Amino acid sequence: MTSLRSTPQQLVEHALASSTADDCITIVRDVTSANLRWANNTLTTNGVMTEVSVTVISFAAVQGGVATGSVSGSASTPVQVTALVQAADAAARAGSPAEDAAELVTDSTSPDWDTEPETTDIGVYDAFAPALGEAFAQATAEDRLLYGFVNHDVATTYLGSSRGLRLRHVQPTGHYACTGKDTSLTRSAWTGGATRDFRDVDAATMAATVAQRLAWAERRIDLPAGRYDTILPPSSVADLMIDAYWGAGARVAHEGESVYSRRGGGTRIGDKVAAPGVSLFSDPAHPGLECAPFAIAGASDNTDSVFDNGLALERTDWIRDGLLTGLLQTRHSAGMTGQPVTPMIDNLVLEVGDGAGTIEDMIADTQRGLLLTCLWYIREVDPQTMLLTGLTRDGVYVVEDGEIVGAANNFRWNESPIDLLNRFSAATATVPSFSREWGDDYFSRTATPALRIPDFNMSSVSQGV
Amino acid sequence: MSAPGLDPTFNDLPHRRLGEVALARAQELGASHADFRFERNRYQYLGARDGVLQTASDAEDLGFAVRVVHQGAWGFASGVVLTDDEARRVAETAVAVAQVAATMTTTPVELAPEPVHDDVTWVSGYDINPLDVPTPEKGALLVDWTERLRTGAAVAHATAFLQQVQENKYYADLSGTRTTQQRVRLQPGFEATGEDAETGIFDSMASIAPPVGRGWEYLTGAHWDWDAELAEVPELLAEKLKAPTVEAGTYDLVVHPSNLWLTIHESIGHATELDRALGYEANYAGTSFATYDKLGTLQYGSPVMNVRGDRTQEHGLATVGYDDEGVLTQEWDIVRDGVLVGYQLDRSMGHLKPELNDGRSNGCAFADSSGHIPIQRMANVSLMPGADEVGTDDLISRVERGIYVVGDKSWSIDMQRFNFQFTGQRFYAIEDGRLAGMLRDVAYQATTTDFWGSMEAVGGPDTWVLGGAFNCGKAQPGQIAAVSHGCPTALFRGVNILNTIDEAGH
Repeated sequence: MTSLRSTPQQLVEHALASSTADDCITIVRDVTSANLRWANNTLTTNGVMTEVSVTVISFAAVQGGVATGSVSGSASTPVQVTALVQAADAAARAGSPAEDAAELVTDSTSPDWDTEPETTDIGVYDAFAPALGEAFAQATAEDRLLYGFVNHDVATTYLGSSRGLRLRHVQPTGHYACTGKDTSLTRSAWTGGATRDFRDVDAATMAATVAQRLAWAERRIDLPAGRYDTILPPSSVADLMIDAYWGAGARVAHEGESVYSRRGGGTRIGDKVAAPGVSLFSDPAHPGLECAPFAIAGASDNTDSVFDNGLALERTDWIRDGLLTGLLQTRHSAGMTGQPVTPMIDNLVLEVGDGAGTIEDMIADTQRGLLLTCLWYIREVDPQTMLLTGLTRDGVYVVEDGEIVGAANNFRWNESPIDLLNRFSAATATVPSFSREWGDDYFSRTATPALRIPDFNMSSVSQGV
Repeated sequence: MSAPGLDPTFNDLPHRRLGEVALARAQELGASHADFRFERNRYQYLGARDGVLQTASDAEDLGFAVRVVHQGAWGFASGVVLTDDEARRVAETAVAVAQVAATMTTTPVELAPEPVHDDVTWVSGYDINPLDVPTPEKGALLVDWTERLRTGAAVAHATAFLQQVQENKYYADLSGTRTTQQRVRLQPGFEATGEDAETGIFDSMASIAPPVGRGWEYLTGAHWDWDAELAEVPELLAEKLKAPTVEAGTYDLVVHPSNLWLTIHESIGHATELDRALGYEANYAGTSFATYDKLGTLQYGSPVMNVRGDRTQEHGLATVGYDDEGVLTQEWDIVRDGVLVGYQLDRSMGHLKPELNDGRSNGCAFADSSGHIPIQRMANVSLMPGADEVGTDDLISRVERGIYVVGDKSWSIDMQRFNFQFTGQRFYAIEDGRLAGMLRDVAYQATTTDFWGSMEAVGGPDTWVLGGAFNCGKAQPGQIAAVSHGCPTALFRGVNILNTIDEAGH
């Protein structure tokens, strides 16, 4: 096979022109990524990847309504796209009426539609990589081991439709994380964060943070299971809020299957679900957390609808001043629930009205308690309460009289993020954060405060280090 | 029905030519090792809810990757444009990445030796490729499932899904190995939910059917009694909604394979990956308590515990003829009579510990697409049954006060695989050797070696079931892999049971 690569716009236009369905939506994603991974003070697996994926969604009038067919594939030539279109058209014609059928969004064009995709490459680490090499040398000299990963990708999305949509969005996503251990493997520490371009990430600072936290752990304090006054740093709060967000599907809530369901029927929209002053929202234009300002859905399910492709997204309050104000809605679920259309947005911000200061201020203000670094292996135990379980990881520090005095063992915890939003006793100002559990692969655009929980349920001790 | 052969549409792709171009370019640039993978993975996901086909999407990953060892460092690059020029460019990028990495690589990469496998093919065991079955037929099946479930009085809503995968992979390396392979696997499932009108409690009951390395024949009743389970689940849900909440405490457990496979996966499968034990996953998935110094001495569990790794298990989800480093797959002991005796290896891990497996990898390298670098992934890891024909009822009869656990649900384990907590689909009280009705709100929590050390007995071969996971995550960037775990029913003494309502503080 010999083939010439087409531009994303050409692929979109070719798909729309060659579809014989009643309507067609085409989404092209051009993604490049570059990563470095290390362990035991040496680089391990590193790579540069390129990807072009095309999703064709065909719509066909069938008896009783409109059916859809959604077919995706790696494609860079018109011939490959034609195959996807033919498959999508055939699937739509053979399909049954879609329950989420709605008028397609029409006539909107991004001003930069004609611009070529943006990319990244290994050069994004030109400054970071040499400093990381120096950090390895220093760690080796000082009997520490470093393990970590940096990733940067740039995804350019083109969304076109037979109803006139021509939308483009560029989304850079980057993150860094470094775990440090002493050479006896009895102490472990972590730091990590999100970035858009790595210009604000310094390997030396990263390694120094890990070294400082390992030093905090030179004194070991064994603690039993129980309920502790616990400071959740922004990274841990992000872990928990992402679960609260992902579990906020309006349809399942309306149908009685989530923590957001009202006993006896319907959703809890309008009910108090968190303490006064608590706000949880998403906003595609939030500074530093910018994300796609229009809906993109390759397939329909409880929280996405292919018919909603191209819907404009704007700031959406999920919780405002403690009241549940919105759930993840397609136009279909909005019709079922009688609520506004509020599709999922790719960022999340938690703010507490009287939250102020930094996590250092919160530590200084703590008589006795625990400071967590991050949470891990979080899974839902009971959807009725959104009870989650998980572990602490890479640093549980003991605070006494405003000072960190040592490190405790790890714990398994059982808690509900919704309960925590009612029970916290103090909050800092909101800052950019990064979920250890979900930030790498799924959801890195978060901003959250630190929260102090007076009775965090450490269900059992974990021997893991 | 004759065994399926390689998909001719894959054979028509230019994988061989691109591979030769890329490998030649890597060699020109000085790579000491280079391998080339060309993959086409086809997926279809169907989802139904309450009598309506809600989701139907097809996807196909197609592309190639070049991995090199250059100046002692790994370099990797991938691309999707199927031209000679792009094959050369991707090879050059892989070498460029290795050159960046070489300045920070303090332990040069070396690979355990492997014989050359000259142009071999392998196809997994299935009769009918599910992706060849018309989508409307599959959609109608799922819709029918949800409608049948909803006839149950306790069922308010019902969902069903079917995930299908066809994986085609061509591998070539500078030593001369050339492998072409094809695998098919699928995961069906359904769930019913309902609410108790008196208490307002809602709950669910799901199918316990495992994902399998089989074809469409799995959905036709040949290997699983779907009709019986569809009839049973609404009644089980009704009983669960009325069941008393469990009293937290210490109980003996009889664990059905539909639950125990997941405990094996988390506490044995991941813990005996050598890359984890040596720290290569420390920043993400974690390390392992089963460190290398404990090989041959760690009392992992009781003497009735025997665990094998097997990448050749028929219909296993991790079964393949050759791994993603061109290694012929194998089976081996991991735990023998309760003692740790083996690890899972890829070629770089095998080189680090040449005393294992006669200095050879045991075939555990895998990448989930051409866009990802192969890493050490799990073989099918299974707990062996006992030699005697001990049945589940026999095991239950030995328990005075306990709980019988069926089906998986929630799972979580710490980053060294010590502390875990699992729930399940259904829990039955055992009183004086007999089942005494269902319980609710149960989770079991233990430390790995305590739990396996408390295993008093395993069931016989008739209780053994091959379960598994379709989407096990590992590595950075994240990858998924499918893996099977077989096990018999087993009896554990003195396990800590939590009440999840109490844990939530309600």
